[in-house]
Amino acid sequence: MPDRPIKVLIAKPGLDGHDRGAKVLARGLRDEGFEVVYTGLRQTPEMIATAALQEDVDVVGLSILSGAHMTLLPRITKLLREEGLDDVLVTAGGIIPDDDVQALSEAGIARVFGPGTTISEVAEYLRTNARPRD
Amino acid sequence: MSGSAEATAPATRAHDLVVAAQDGDRRALARLLTAVENRSALAEPALRELYPQAGAAHIVGITGPPGAGKSTLVAALIGEVRKAGRAVAVVAVDPSSPITGGALLGDRVRMQSYAGDRDVFIRSMAARGHAGGLASTTGAATAVLDAAGFDLILVETVGTGQSEVEVAAAADTTVVLEAPEMGDEVQAIKAGLLEVADLVVVNKGDKPGAQRTAAQLRAMLVAGAGPAVGAERGSNPRRPKRPEILITTASTGDGVPELLAALDRHRSAVAAGPTAAARLARADALVWAIVADRLRGRLREPELAISTDETLARVADHRLDPYAAADELLANLRTKSDG
Repeated sequence: MPDRPIKVLIAKPGLDGHDRGAKVLARGLRDEGFEVVYTGLRQTPEMIATAALQEDVDVVGLSILSGAHMTLLPRITKLLREEGLDDVLVTAGGIIPDDDVQALSEAGIARVFGPGTTISEVAEYLRTNARPRD
Repeated sequence: MSGSAEATAPATRAHDLVVAAQDGDRRALARLLTAVENRSALAEPALRELYPQAGAAHIVGITGPPGAGKSTLVAALIGEVRKAGRAVAVVAVDPSSPITGGALLGDRVRMQSYAGDRDVFIRSMAARGHAGGLASTTGAATAVLDAAGFDLILVETVGTGQSEVEVAAAADTTVVLEAPEMGDEVQAIKAGLLEVADLVVVNKGDKPGAQRTAAQLRAMLVAGAGPAVGAERGSNPRRPKRPEILITTASTGDGVPELLAALDRHRSAVAAGPTAAARLARADALVWAIVADRLRGRLREPELAISTDETLARVADHRLDPYAAADELLANLRTKSDG
Protein backbone atom coordinates (compact mmCIF):
# COMPACT_ATOMS: atom_id res chain seq x y z
CA MET A 1 0.00 0.00 0.00
CA PRO A 2 1.95 3.04 -1.17
CA ASP A 3 -0.38 5.48 0.62
CA ARG A 4 0.13 3.97 4.05
CA PRO A 5 0.85 6.52 6.77
CA ILE A 6 4.44 7.56 7.49
CA LYS A 7 5.39 6.43 11.01
CA VAL A 8 7.21 8.99 13.16
CA LEU A 9 8.74 8.69 16.63
CA ILE A 10 8.61 11.95 18.57
CA ALA A 11 10.97 11.79 21.54
CA LYS A 12 12.39 14.18 24.08
CA PRO A 13 15.93 13.29 25.06
CA GLY A 14 17.55 14.81 28.12
CA LEU A 15 16.39 16.35 31.33
CA ASP A 16 14.42 19.48 30.48
CA GLY A 17 10.72 19.27 31.27
CA HIS A 18 9.40 21.33 28.39
CA ASP A 19 7.31 18.94 26.35
CA ARG A 20 4.65 21.33 25.10
CA GLY A 21 6.39 21.71 21.73
CA ALA A 22 6.81 17.95 21.30
CA LYS A 23 3.16 17.35 22.16
CA VAL A 24 1.90 20.08 19.83
CA LEU A 25 4.03 18.64 17.03
CA ALA A 26 2.87 15.06 17.76
CA ARG A 27 -0.74 16.19 17.65
CA GLY A 28 -0.14 18.34 14.57
CA LEU A 29 1.49 15.49 12.64
CA ARG A 30 -1.40 13.22 13.63
CA ASP A 31 -3.71 15.76 12.02
CA GLU A 32 -1.49 15.74 8.92
CA GLY A 33 -2.11 11.98 8.60
CA PHE A 34 1.07 10.62 10.18
CA GLU A 35 1.18 7.75 12.66
CA VAL A 36 3.03 9.29 15.59
CA VAL A 37 4.59 7.28 18.41
CA TYR A 38 5.06 9.58 21.40
CA THR A 39 7.32 8.38 24.19
CA GLY A 40 7.26 11.26 26.66
CA LEU A 41 9.82 13.21 28.63
CA ARG A 42 13.36 12.41 29.80
CA GLN A 43 14.27 9.71 27.33
CA THR A 44 17.77 8.29 27.28
CA PRO A 45 19.44 7.74 23.89
CA GLU A 46 19.05 3.98 24.52
CA MET A 47 15.29 4.32 25.09
CA ILE A 48 14.94 6.30 21.86
CA ALA A 49 16.98 3.83 19.79
CA THR A 50 15.04 0.87 21.22
CA ALA A 51 11.69 2.52 20.48
CA ALA A 52 12.78 3.41 16.92
CA LEU A 53 13.88 -0.20 16.35
CA GLN A 54 10.82 -1.94 17.81
CA GLU A 55 8.36 0.45 16.18
CA ASP A 56 10.20 0.32 12.83
CA VAL A 57 9.60 4.03 12.31
CA ASP A 58 10.43 5.94 9.14
CA VAL A 59 11.34 9.13 11.02
CA VAL A 60 12.77 10.03 14.43
CA GLY A 61 11.98 13.59 15.55
CA LEU A 62 13.95 14.80 18.56
CA SER A 63 12.86 17.78 20.64
CA ILE A 64 15.47 19.28 22.92
CA LEU A 65 15.60 22.57 24.80
CA SER A 66 18.14 21.79 27.51
CA GLY A 67 21.28 22.79 25.62
CA ALA A 68 22.65 19.25 25.74
CA HIS A 69 21.99 18.64 22.05
CA MET A 70 25.68 18.43 21.08
CA THR A 71 26.10 15.52 23.51
CA LEU A 72 22.79 13.70 23.17
CA LEU A 73 21.89 13.98 19.48
CA PRO A 74 25.14 12.48 18.06
CA ARG A 75 24.86 9.72 20.67
CA ILE A 76 21.35 8.90 19.40
CA THR A 77 22.34 8.84 15.72
CA LYS A 78 25.30 6.63 16.61
CA LEU A 79 23.06 4.14 18.43
CA LEU A 80 20.60 4.14 15.53
CA ARG A 81 23.43 3.35 13.11
CA GLU A 82 24.65 0.56 15.39
CA GLU A 83 21.15 -0.95 15.35
CA GLY A 84 21.20 -0.88 11.54
CA LEU A 85 18.67 1.94 11.36
CA ASP A 86 20.72 4.15 9.05
CA ASP A 87 17.79 4.52 6.65
CA VAL A 88 15.69 6.31 9.28
CA LEU A 89 15.31 10.06 8.76
CA VAL A 90 16.41 11.89 11.93
CA THR A 91 15.35 15.49 12.55
CA ALA A 92 15.61 17.79 15.54
CA GLY A 93 13.79 20.79 16.92
CA GLY A 94 13.84 23.03 19.94
CA ILE A 95 16.45 25.58 20.96
CA ILE A 96 19.51 24.81 18.87
CA PRO A 97 21.94 27.64 17.91
CA ASP A 98 22.69 28.06 14.19
CA ASP A 99 26.38 27.55 14.92
CA ASP A 100 25.72 23.94 15.95
CA VAL A 101 23.66 22.94 12.91
CA GLN A 102 26.61 22.07 10.69
CA ALA A 103 28.12 19.72 13.27
CA LEU A 104 24.76 18.08 13.91
CA SER A 105 24.26 17.59 10.19
CA GLU A 106 27.62 15.81 10.04
CA ALA A 107 26.45 13.63 12.94
CA GLY A 108 23.44 12.49 10.92
CA ILE A 109 20.70 14.96 11.86
CA ALA A 110 19.05 15.59 8.49
CA ARG A 111 17.31 18.82 9.44
CA VAL A 112 17.08 21.16 12.43
CA PHE A 113 13.76 22.97 12.80
CA GLY A 114 14.04 26.22 14.74
CA PRO A 115 11.43 28.19 16.69
CA GLY A 116 8.60 29.46 14.51
CA THR A 117 8.56 26.45 12.20
CA THR A 118 4.99 25.58 11.25
CA ILE A 119 3.53 22.07 11.47
CA SER A 120 2.83 22.06 7.75
CA GLU A 121 6.50 22.88 6.97
CA VAL A 122 7.57 19.87 9.06
CA ALA A 123 4.92 17.65 7.49
CA GLU A 124 5.93 18.70 3.99
CA TYR A 125 9.60 18.06 4.73
CA LEU A 126 8.88 14.59 6.13
CA ARG A 127 6.63 13.64 3.19
CA THR A 128 9.36 14.64 0.78
CA ASN A 129 12.29 13.08 2.59
CA ALA A 130 11.11 10.03 4.56
CA ARG A 131 11.48 6.73 2.80
CA PRO A 132 8.56 4.58 3.90
CA ARG A 133 9.28 0.89 3.69
CA ASP A 134 6.94 -1.87 2.59
CA MET B 1 18.94 -5.74 4.10
CA SER B 2 21.46 -5.01 1.41
CA GLY B 3 21.02 -2.50 -1.41
CA SER B 4 19.94 -5.26 -3.77
CA ALA B 5 17.01 -6.22 -1.53
CA GLU B 6 14.53 -4.44 -3.80
CA ALA B 7 15.41 -6.78 -6.65
CA THR B 8 15.00 -9.94 -4.57
CA ALA B 9 11.70 -11.82 -4.70
CA PRO B 10 9.34 -11.14 -1.77
CA ALA B 11 9.34 -14.81 -0.75
CA THR B 12 13.12 -14.81 -0.44
CA ARG B 13 13.20 -11.55 1.50
CA ALA B 14 10.41 -12.80 3.77
CA HIS B 15 12.29 -16.03 4.39
CA ASP B 16 15.49 -14.15 5.27
CA LEU B 17 13.59 -11.96 7.74
CA VAL B 18 11.84 -14.96 9.30
CA VAL B 19 15.13 -16.79 9.82
CA ALA B 20 16.75 -13.68 11.30
CA ALA B 21 13.77 -12.91 13.56
CA GLN B 22 13.69 -16.44 14.92
CA ASP B 23 17.40 -16.16 15.52
CA GLY B 24 16.72 -13.20 17.84
CA ASP B 25 17.26 -10.30 15.40
CA ARG B 26 14.86 -7.67 16.77
CA ARG B 27 15.15 -5.43 13.74
CA ALA B 28 14.09 -8.27 11.45
CA LEU B 29 11.16 -8.93 13.80
CA ALA B 30 10.17 -5.24 13.66
CA ARG B 31 10.32 -5.32 9.84
CA LEU B 32 8.12 -8.42 9.72
CA LEU B 33 5.55 -6.69 11.92
CA THR B 34 5.58 -3.72 9.55
CA ALA B 35 5.09 -6.03 6.56
CA VAL B 36 2.12 -7.69 8.26
CA GLU B 37 0.63 -4.38 9.36
CA ASN B 38 0.94 -2.91 5.86
CA ARG B 39 -0.19 -6.14 4.16
CA SER B 40 2.91 -5.83 1.98
CA ALA B 41 4.05 -8.47 -0.49
CA LEU B 42 6.20 -9.97 2.29
CA ALA B 43 3.25 -10.59 4.63
CA GLU B 44 1.82 -13.73 3.03
CA PRO B 45 5.06 -15.68 2.56
CA ALA B 46 6.23 -14.64 6.06
CA LEU B 47 3.00 -15.73 7.75
CA ARG B 48 2.90 -18.98 5.80
CA GLU B 49 6.30 -19.81 7.18
CA LEU B 50 5.73 -18.51 10.72
CA TYR B 51 2.21 -19.70 11.48
CA PRO B 52 3.01 -23.41 11.95
CA GLN B 53 5.72 -22.40 14.43
CA ALA B 54 3.38 -20.24 16.52
CA GLY B 55 0.88 -21.46 19.09
CA ALA B 56 3.01 -21.84 22.20
CA ALA B 57 2.64 -18.30 23.56
CA HIS B 58 -0.02 -17.21 26.01
CA ILE B 59 -1.89 -14.33 24.38
CA VAL B 60 -3.57 -12.06 26.90
CA GLY B 61 -5.96 -9.30 25.84
CA ILE B 62 -6.25 -6.25 28.06
CA THR B 63 -9.24 -4.06 27.45
CA GLY B 64 -11.33 -1.47 29.23
CA PRO B 65 -12.42 2.16 29.05
CA PRO B 66 -9.95 4.98 28.31
CA GLY B 67 -8.11 6.00 31.46
CA ALA B 68 -8.79 2.80 33.41
CA GLY B 69 -5.03 2.21 33.52
CA LYS B 70 -4.42 -0.35 30.77
CA SER B 71 -0.96 0.90 29.79
CA THR B 72 0.14 1.33 33.39
CA LEU B 73 -1.04 -2.19 34.20
CA VAL B 74 0.75 -3.58 31.14
CA ALA B 75 3.96 -1.85 32.29
CA ALA B 76 3.57 -3.32 35.78
CA LEU B 77 2.89 -6.79 34.32
CA ILE B 78 6.04 -6.58 32.18
CA GLY B 79 8.08 -6.01 35.35
CA GLU B 80 6.46 -8.94 37.12
CA VAL B 81 6.90 -11.29 34.14
CA ARG B 82 10.56 -10.33 33.79
CA LYS B 83 11.20 -11.22 37.45
CA ALA B 84 10.33 -14.76 36.40
CA GLY B 85 12.75 -14.51 33.46
CA ARG B 86 10.05 -14.92 30.80
CA ALA B 87 10.18 -13.06 27.47
CA VAL B 88 7.23 -10.73 26.97
CA ALA B 89 5.89 -8.81 23.99
CA VAL B 90 3.25 -6.09 23.90
CA VAL B 91 1.01 -5.01 21.04
CA ALA B 92 -0.61 -1.71 22.00
CA VAL B 93 -3.41 -0.48 19.75
CA ASP B 94 -4.55 3.14 19.62
CA PRO B 95 -7.24 4.64 17.39
CA SER B 96 -6.64 6.17 13.96
CA SER B 97 -8.27 9.44 12.99
CA PRO B 98 -11.34 8.79 10.84
CA ILE B 99 -10.67 12.15 9.19
CA THR B 100 -6.97 12.11 8.29
CA GLY B 101 -5.92 8.49 8.91
CA GLY B 102 -3.26 9.76 11.31
CA ALA B 103 -2.80 8.41 14.83
CA LEU B 104 -1.13 9.33 18.08
CA LEU B 105 0.31 6.18 19.63
CA GLY B 106 1.00 7.06 23.25
CA ASP B 107 0.98 3.76 25.12
CA ARG B 108 4.78 3.48 25.21
CA VAL B 109 5.01 6.50 27.49
CA ARG B 110 4.38 4.26 30.48
CA MET B 111 6.51 1.34 29.26
CA GLN B 112 9.80 3.01 28.43
CA SER B 113 11.88 1.72 31.34
CA TYR B 114 12.63 -1.63 29.68
CA ALA B 115 14.79 -0.22 26.87
CA GLY B 116 17.90 -2.22 27.75
CA ASP B 117 16.06 -5.54 28.04
CA ARG B 118 15.93 -7.49 24.78
CA ASP B 119 13.35 -9.90 26.18
CA VAL B 120 10.81 -7.08 26.24
CA PHE B 121 9.42 -6.06 22.84
CA ILE B 122 6.79 -3.34 22.61
CA ARG B 123 4.99 -2.44 19.42
CA SER B 124 2.34 0.23 18.89
CA MET B 125 -0.31 -0.25 16.22
CA ALA B 126 -2.82 2.19 14.82
CA ALA B 127 -6.31 0.70 14.39
CA ARG B 128 -6.43 2.10 10.81
CA GLY B 129 -10.18 2.33 10.62
CA HIS B 130 -10.93 -1.07 12.12
CA ALA B 131 -13.70 -0.72 14.70
CA GLY B 132 -13.51 -3.69 17.08
CA GLY B 133 -10.87 -2.27 19.47
CA LEU B 134 -7.94 -3.76 17.53
CA ALA B 135 -6.34 -3.29 14.11
CA SER B 136 -7.39 -5.80 11.45
CA THR B 137 -3.81 -7.12 11.44
CA THR B 138 -3.36 -7.43 15.22
CA GLY B 139 -4.00 -11.19 15.15
CA ALA B 140 -1.33 -11.69 12.50
CA ALA B 141 1.09 -9.52 14.49
CA THR B 142 0.64 -11.69 17.59
CA ALA B 143 1.30 -14.80 15.48
CA VAL B 144 4.62 -13.27 14.37
CA LEU B 145 5.62 -12.49 17.98
CA ASP B 146 4.48 -15.96 19.07
CA ALA B 147 6.65 -17.64 16.44
CA ALA B 148 9.57 -15.40 17.44
CA GLY B 149 9.53 -17.11 20.82
CA PHE B 150 7.81 -14.73 23.23
CA ASP B 151 6.20 -16.67 26.06
CA LEU B 152 3.63 -14.03 26.96
CA ILE B 153 2.03 -11.57 24.54
CA LEU B 154 -0.04 -8.74 25.98
CA VAL B 155 -2.51 -7.17 23.56
CA GLU B 156 -3.73 -3.79 24.75
CA THR B 157 -6.86 -2.61 22.94
CA VAL B 158 -7.92 0.95 22.26
CA GLY B 159 -9.96 2.40 25.09
CA THR B 160 -13.25 0.57 24.72
CA GLY B 161 -16.88 1.16 25.47
CA GLN B 162 -19.35 -1.62 25.97
CA SER B 163 -19.26 -3.69 22.84
CA GLU B 164 -15.71 -3.94 21.47
CA VAL B 165 -15.44 -7.65 22.20
CA GLU B 166 -13.14 -8.63 19.33
CA VAL B 167 -10.19 -9.01 21.69
CA ALA B 168 -11.83 -12.10 23.18
CA ALA B 169 -11.19 -13.93 19.90
CA ALA B 170 -7.70 -12.49 19.52
CA ALA B 171 -6.54 -13.63 22.97
CA ASP B 172 -6.43 -16.84 25.00
CA THR B 173 -7.28 -14.91 28.15
CA THR B 174 -9.26 -11.68 28.19
CA VAL B 175 -8.79 -9.18 31.01
CA VAL B 176 -11.38 -6.43 31.33
CA LEU B 177 -10.17 -3.48 33.33
CA GLU B 178 -12.57 -1.30 35.29
CA ALA B 179 -11.94 1.78 37.39
CA PRO B 180 -13.74 2.24 40.74
CA GLU B 181 -17.19 3.84 40.77
CA MET B 182 -17.66 3.74 37.01
CA GLY B 183 -21.29 2.73 37.24
CA ASP B 184 -23.92 0.95 39.27
CA GLU B 185 -24.73 -2.74 39.35
CA VAL B 186 -26.89 -2.49 36.27
CA GLN B 187 -23.81 -1.59 34.20
CA ALA B 188 -22.30 -4.90 35.30
CA ILE B 189 -25.23 -6.97 34.06
CA LYS B 190 -25.56 -5.32 30.67
CA ALA B 191 -24.57 -7.53 27.77
CA GLY B 192 -21.23 -6.90 26.10
CA LEU B 193 -17.65 -6.43 27.18
CA LEU B 194 -17.94 -7.88 30.70
CA GLU B 195 -19.44 -11.09 29.30
CA VAL B 196 -16.24 -11.96 27.46
CA ALA B 197 -13.95 -11.38 30.46
CA ASP B 198 -11.97 -14.27 31.88
CA LEU B 199 -10.64 -11.91 34.51
CA VAL B 200 -12.14 -8.62 35.64
CA VAL B 201 -9.64 -6.29 37.25
CA VAL B 202 -10.69 -3.27 39.28
CA ASN B 203 -7.67 -1.03 38.90
CA LYS B 204 -6.82 2.06 40.96
CA GLY B 205 -7.42 -0.07 44.03
CA ASP B 206 -6.15 2.75 46.25
CA LYS B 207 -9.09 4.96 45.26
CA PRO B 208 -12.25 5.07 47.36
CA GLY B 209 -14.89 2.63 46.22
CA ALA B 210 -12.56 0.00 44.73
CA GLN B 211 -13.59 -2.68 47.21
CA ARG B 212 -17.26 -1.85 46.75
CA THR B 213 -16.97 -1.94 42.95
CA ALA B 214 -15.24 -5.32 43.12
CA ALA B 215 -17.91 -6.69 45.47
CA GLN B 216 -20.69 -5.49 43.16
CA LEU B 217 -19.01 -7.02 40.12
CA ARG B 218 -18.47 -10.27 41.97
CA ALA B 219 -22.13 -10.42 42.98
CA MET B 220 -23.48 -9.61 39.55
CA LEU B 221 -21.06 -11.48 37.28
CA VAL B 222 -20.57 -14.68 39.18
CA ALA B 223 -24.22 -15.25 40.00
CA GLY B 224 -25.85 -17.07 37.12
CA ALA B 225 -22.69 -17.38 35.04
CA GLY B 226 -21.52 -20.57 33.41
CA PRO B 227 -19.15 -23.05 35.00
CA ALA B 228 -15.57 -22.09 35.76
CA VAL B 229 -12.99 -22.69 33.06
CA GLY B 230 -11.90 -26.30 32.91
CA ALA B 231 -15.07 -27.55 34.62
CA GLU B 232 -17.60 -29.70 32.74
CA ARG B 233 -19.66 -27.64 30.39
CA GLY B 234 -23.35 -27.80 31.28
CA SER B 235 -26.26 -28.12 28.93
CA ASN B 236 -25.77 -24.57 27.66
CA PRO B 237 -22.23 -23.93 26.45
CA ARG B 238 -23.27 -20.44 25.42
CA ARG B 239 -23.67 -19.26 29.01
CA PRO B 240 -21.42 -16.28 29.79
CA LYS B 241 -18.07 -16.93 31.41
CA ARG B 242 -17.54 -16.90 35.16
CA PRO B 243 -14.74 -14.37 35.56
CA GLU B 244 -12.37 -14.09 38.47
CA ILE B 245 -12.43 -10.59 39.99
CA LEU B 246 -9.23 -8.97 41.23
CA ILE B 247 -8.14 -5.58 42.53
CA THR B 248 -4.87 -3.97 41.44
CA THR B 249 -3.11 -0.65 41.87
CA ALA B 250 -1.01 -0.69 38.72
CA SER B 251 0.89 2.49 39.64
CA THR B 252 2.34 0.89 42.79
CA GLY B 253 2.30 -2.73 41.64
CA ASP B 254 -0.16 -3.83 44.32
CA GLY B 255 -2.09 -6.89 43.20
CA VAL B 256 0.02 -7.38 40.07
CA PRO B 257 1.73 -10.62 41.25
CA GLU B 258 -1.74 -12.00 42.01
CA LEU B 259 -2.93 -10.96 38.53
CA LEU B 260 -0.02 -12.75 36.88
CA ALA B 261 -0.75 -15.86 38.97
CA ALA B 262 -4.41 -15.71 37.87
CA LEU B 263 -3.34 -15.37 34.22
CA ASP B 264 -1.10 -18.43 34.57
CA ARG B 265 -3.92 -20.40 36.21
CA HIS B 266 -6.26 -19.53 33.36
CA ARG B 267 -3.58 -20.50 30.83
CA SER B 268 -3.23 -23.95 32.44
CA ALA B 269 -6.99 -24.44 32.70
CA VAL B 270 -7.45 -23.58 29.01
CA ALA B 271 -4.54 -25.80 27.98
CA ALA B 272 -6.02 -28.76 29.87
CA GLY B 273 -9.35 -28.49 28.04
CA PRO B 274 -10.31 -29.11 24.41
CA THR B 275 -9.22 -26.61 21.75
CA ALA B 276 -10.38 -23.38 23.25
CA ALA B 277 -13.29 -21.46 21.80
CA ALA B 278 -11.03 -18.40 21.59
CA ARG B 279 -8.53 -20.24 19.38
CA LEU B 280 -11.30 -21.55 17.11
CA ALA B 281 -12.75 -18.04 16.87
CA ARG B 282 -9.30 -16.71 16.00
CA ALA B 283 -8.81 -19.31 13.27
CA ASP B 284 -12.27 -18.52 11.94
CA ALA B 285 -11.55 -14.77 11.81
CA LEU B 286 -8.12 -15.23 10.22
CA VAL B 287 -9.26 -17.59 7.49
CA TRP B 288 -12.49 -15.82 6.57
CA ALA B 289 -10.66 -12.49 6.33
CA ILE B 290 -8.29 -14.09 3.83
CA VAL B 291 -11.14 -15.70 1.90
CA ALA B 292 -12.84 -12.29 1.63
CA ASP B 293 -9.57 -10.65 0.53
CA ARG B 294 -8.98 -13.33 -2.10
CA LEU B 295 -12.53 -13.11 -3.45
CA ARG B 296 -12.26 -9.34 -3.62
CA GLY B 297 -8.87 -9.65 -5.30
CA ARG B 298 -10.20 -12.01 -7.99
CA LEU B 299 -13.25 -9.84 -8.64
CA ARG B 300 -10.85 -6.91 -9.14
CA GLU B 301 -8.68 -8.74 -11.67
CA PRO B 302 -8.69 -7.06 -15.12
CA GLU B 303 -11.16 -9.41 -16.85
CA LEU B 304 -13.75 -9.08 -14.06
CA ALA B 305 -13.17 -5.57 -12.68
CA ILE B 306 -15.47 -3.83 -15.18
CA SER B 307 -18.43 -6.10 -14.58
CA THR B 308 -17.82 -5.95 -10.79
CA ASP B 309 -17.92 -2.16 -10.87
CA GLU B 310 -21.01 -2.23 -13.05
CA THR B 311 -22.80 -4.51 -10.57
CA LEU B 312 -21.84 -2.25 -7.63
CA ALA B 313 -23.05 0.82 -9.56
CA ARG B 314 -26.47 -0.79 -10.09
CA VAL B 315 -26.70 -1.41 -6.31
CA ALA B 316 -25.74 2.21 -5.64
CA ASP B 317 -28.58 3.34 -7.94
CA HIS B 318 -31.02 0.93 -6.25
CA ARG B 319 -31.58 -0.86 -9.56
CA LEU B 320 -30.28 -4.12 -8.04
CA ASP B 321 -30.58 -5.43 -4.50
CA PRO B 322 -27.31 -6.30 -2.68
CA TYR B 323 -28.18 -10.02 -2.36
CA ALA B 324 -28.74 -10.42 -6.10
CA ALA B 325 -25.50 -8.48 -6.63
CA ALA B 326 -23.57 -10.91 -4.42
CA ASP B 327 -25.04 -13.86 -6.34
CA GLU B 328 -24.06 -12.20 -9.60
CA LEU B 329 -20.45 -11.67 -8.46
CA LEU B 330 -20.15 -15.27 -7.25
CA ALA B 331 -21.60 -16.50 -10.56
CA ASN B 332 -19.01 -14.42 -12.43
CA LEU B 333 -16.26 -16.11 -10.42
CA ARG B 334 -17.61 -19.52 -11.25
CA THR B 335 -17.88 -18.74 -14.98
CA LYS B 336 -14.32 -17.51 -14.91
CA SER B 337 -12.88 -20.59 -13.23
CA ASP B 338 -14.89 -22.88 -15.57
CA GLY B 339 -13.65 -21.06 -18.64
